[in-house]
Order: sequence, then structure tokens, then C-alpha cells
Amino acid sequence: MNPVFAAIVVTLELAGLTTVILLLLGMPLAWWLARTRSRWRIPVGAIVGLPMVLPPTVLGFYLLFGMGPHGPLGQFTTALGLGTLAFTFPGLVVASVLYSMPFVVHPLQSGFAAIDRGVLEAAATLRATPLDRFFSVVLPLSRPALVTATLFGFAHTVGEFGVVLMVGGNIDGQTRVLSVLLYDQVEAMAYGDAHRLAAGLLIFSFGMLLIMQWLGRRTVIAHD
Amino acid sequence: MTDANDNIGLRVQLQRAQFALDVALTLPARGMSVVFGPSGSGKSTLLRAIAGLEPAAHGCVRIGDTIWQDAHMRLPPHRRDVGVVFQHAALLPHLSVRDNLRFGWRRSGATTDVLGGWIEKLALAPLLARSPLTLSGGERQRVALGRALVCRPRWLLMDEPLSALDAQRRAEILPCLETIRREANIPVLYVTHSVDEAARLADHLVLLDAGKVRIDGPALEVLNRADLPLALRDDAAAVIEASVVASDDHGLLTLQSPAGILYAHGRAPPPGTRVRLRVQARDVSVALSKHADTSVLNIVATTVKSIMPLSSGQLQLQLHAGNAQMLARVSQQSALRLQLREGLAVWAQIKAVALLI
Repeated sequence: MNPVFAAIVVTLELAGLTTVILLLLGMPLAWWLARTRSRWRIPVGAIVGLPMVLPPTVLGFYLLFGMGPHGPLGQFTTALGLGTLAFTFPGLVVASVLYSMPFVVHPLQSGFAAIDRGVLEAAATLRATPLDRFFSVVLPLSRPALVTATLFGFAHTVGEFGVVLMVGGNIDGQTRVLSVLLYDQVEAMAYGDAHRLAAGLLIFSFGMLLIMQWLGRRTVIAHD
Repeated sequence: MTDANDNIGLRVQLQRAQFALDVALTLPARGMSVVFGPSGSGKSTLLRAIAGLEPAAHGCVRIGDTIWQDAHMRLPPHRRDVGVVFQHAALLPHLSVRDNLRFGWRRSGATTDVLGGWIEKLALAPLLARSPLTLSGGERQRVALGRALVCRPRWLLMDEPLSALDAQRRAEILPCLETIRREANIPVLYVTHSVDEAARLADHLVLLDAGKVRIDGPALEVLNRADLPLALRDDAAAVIEASVVASDDHGLLTLQSPAGILYAHGRAPPPGTRVRLRVQARDVSVALSKHADTSVLNIVATTVKSIMPLSSGQLQLQLHAGNAQMLARVSQQSALRLQLREGLAVWAQIKAVALLI
């Protein structure tokens, strides 16, 4: 298979799967962070935000060891008969979920925090169960935050480099993503290919931001 | 003897850092019970506890033979058959007025007739397609009322529903409250810090102060108690129930009251309508003889029941007029000159009778 095409497939699969997992994990986590008065809120929030300030290679380094045959995660997956996750696609997914977590959780958290408690209480007195309230009130009211979280999570995973290189290596068709391919092309002095790929990623990222801005503007108008 | 199945039993305790709520009440299972108190007295917290919105509150909430909360269990808000109208309406901003009305209605399993009935009674039809964000304050409260009522609640709770509205919007909502009293046939708990609203709406009145019930009872009895802080306020007033006998072209109403015939200005409700009158103590003066040469329309024969000195230096007289009571304020000097004493027959001259509409 064409290495560029293979890298596009791996990248989209990785970003898509990571985003879905992050939304599923991130929604309850963000809800808890937005509403709890627990003393654990601040430490947990700091851990979630850590990948924003930590050098990606540091995260990748720890993950590599954690997933290795002697690491806790590695021993766990080996016990399950799955082997170790390092240099595999599932390993990349685990790493991406951790790495992109703040980019999904933070927008969701501010979206949830902005929902008026009174509106939720009103829904409760109108016979809506807690789960019902989440789907019929919280989610519709935080749609802009959901869109932002989805786009950020996806775009950020597409753009990751350091963690991927540490954990996933550079296996064509399995773990080689676009950002790593670009690096390879530059290393090989294939500047023409690198230009095309870089331009493609630039347009993709710009498009994502345009969509976000446009959706954000539309919500503001709808609220006036 | 009251049948326990025919009243509302409340025992609510809540401890906060700066504040303790400790309320035990038995309320009638029909009509409007008004909880009146200054801000910070805990009246909104009490209402929220009844609705199940205060997880830290414990005690007992029983309506008729249905128990929402006791020592062993507490139903979450969505399992209580309650209707709540919040101070700021709290309409769901992402739904149209129609979907706001349908939100609870659908989940409560009430019939289409109930939904249509309240849309008509509260004149909500023109608003149905609108977004709550485009409604005026008065419209919002009307929708909030409708939204609570279409669930067919056992008990309607209203938390200062008029306090965020100006006088004109209030005048829009007040007739709706009358409609509810007439049509809903469910008990209402109405929380307010406005004496006017309490005097106008209450069948049963609860005075709450610093988290405790100061007194509760039939509204007219509580309103006319001369020994309560209510009677010592600057705007102390007697509340008299009357019925409209006639109205003339100039807006002067003739009213039959336990104190005799009274006259008041106001928009004319049809003859036979029961109204409440508010007679402020500072609008009442007394005379030993009946003056004919005065512009004062209302002159009522009364006897002095009690005389109480006020901190302002004035004296407050409690007057009996037939079965009704009135308050009057006079200076020490006038009291000496007229030799006022308990049991003395005096003519009360009432400068203004306010119709509570």
C-alpha cells in the first residue's frame, strides 16, 4: 500500500477511536469535575491537565515502560493473553487517550459548569431522572462544548508526534501516522512529498478551526 | 378533629454553618398557604426541601396519606408529585415554550386534556412556538406556572414568583393565581417577603423568622394579630374580607364587610365578588362623635380593644368593628385629649381603603 495512504488510514483510525473513547470517558469525568465539591477535584483536575505541560516524550517514555513486559500495564495485558501494547496500534490508542484527555475534558468541563443549576433542578421537579436530565438538558445545552471537545480531541490526536514515536515506533500500516511520516520524509530529504503532506495537514487544521469558529458563532446568535 | 389524611404534615430540619431551619407545621390540604418572612428567614430553603432539592434537609414531608420523606426514606425530586414555580422561572432555554410545557407533562403521564386545558386557562397559545429567551418576565412566569400545572401535581410550590417582576407584570400574573385557586383544586405553598402578596393571597399564613415558625394560622387571624411584629411595622394594616355590592361610574365600590358598609376606589369586580381590603393603621383616625362635615367616606363605629405604645412615640389602637378589627395610630396628645381607654366607643375615620387586587 502507498505509505502516505496507509499513514492517513492509521491516523484517522487512531484519532477517531481516541476521540470516541475520550468522549465516553471524558463526559462523566468532566461532569464530576464541574459539579463536585470533593477535595479530590483539584488533584484529579491537575492530573487530567498534566499532558498539556508535560513534554510528550516524557509521557511517552513512562508509557513505554509501563506497557513493557515489566511494567504494570504490560504485566496486566500479558496476563490477559494480549501480549504487550508497546509498538502496537492499541498501545497508540491508550497513549493518545491520555495525551489528548485535557483537550476533551476541559471544554466539556467549562460547558457543563456553565449550565444553570436552577434549570437542572426545574427538570428534576418535572419528573426527569438524573440520567434523563443528562440527555435531555445537559447534552443539548452543552452542544457547543461537545463540538469543541470533539474537534480538539480529534485534531490534537492527529497532530501528536512525540508520544507516538516513543510508544508506537514507526511501523508502516500499523503505527506510522502522518506526523511521523512527515518527519521520515524530511529525514529522507523528500522535500516535495513533505511539502504536500505538510500543506495537507495545515489545511486540515485550519478547516477544523474554521468549523469551530463558525459553530461557536452560530450558538451565540441562537442565544441572543 | 382533623383527619390526618386530609392535611399536610411538615417537619423540616436543616443545619448550615450560619443558619438553622427547624420547622414543624400542619397545613390545610386545600387553598393557598403563604410562607411570609424576611429574606434569610429560610422560606425558600423550606420550599426547596419540600421539593426534595435540599439533600441535607431531614424530617418528614407528608401530603394527605402520601409520604415524600420521613426518617427512613426520602424520595428524590423527580419522584415527588410536586409542581415548582421558581423565582426566575427556570425555563429550559433550549426548548420552545411548547416543549417546555410538554417536558414534565410527557413524563407525568397526564392527559392531553390537562395540557390543552392549562394552555387555554393561562392564555399560553400565542407563546407556544416562541423561545423562552424571547419572553417577557411575566410571560416566563406564566409559562412556568403552566409547565408545573400540566403535570397534575399534588402540591404546587411557588418561590417568590412575582419578586422579579415590575408592578405591571405582577398585575398580569395575579389573575392567573386566582385562576389556579379556582381551577386547580390543589394546595399551594406560596413563599413571599411581600406583605401585600401575603395579605391578598393567603388562606393560611405562616410567619417564618430566622428558620423558625413564629406563628401560623388562618390568614385573617394572623394578619390582624396586634401583638406580632407585622402590626408594629410602619405599614401595619388590618385586612378585612368584604364582598362587592355595587360600583358607580367613577370607580367607587360599595363593599359589604363585617365592619359595615365600606367604600373603596378600584377597578370594579362584578357584584358578589369576594375581595380583601387593606386598611393601614396610619390611614385611620378616631373621633368621639360622628362627623358629617368631612371628606372622609368611611366612618365606622368601633370600640377600643387595646392601646399599645409604639417606639415612634405614637399609640396604636386596636379597634373592634363588628366582627372585624382595625388598627389606628394616634399621637399621645390626641389620646390624652380624647381620654382614650379600653372599651371606649369611638368612630374610626378611614382615609383610604386599599382593595387588594
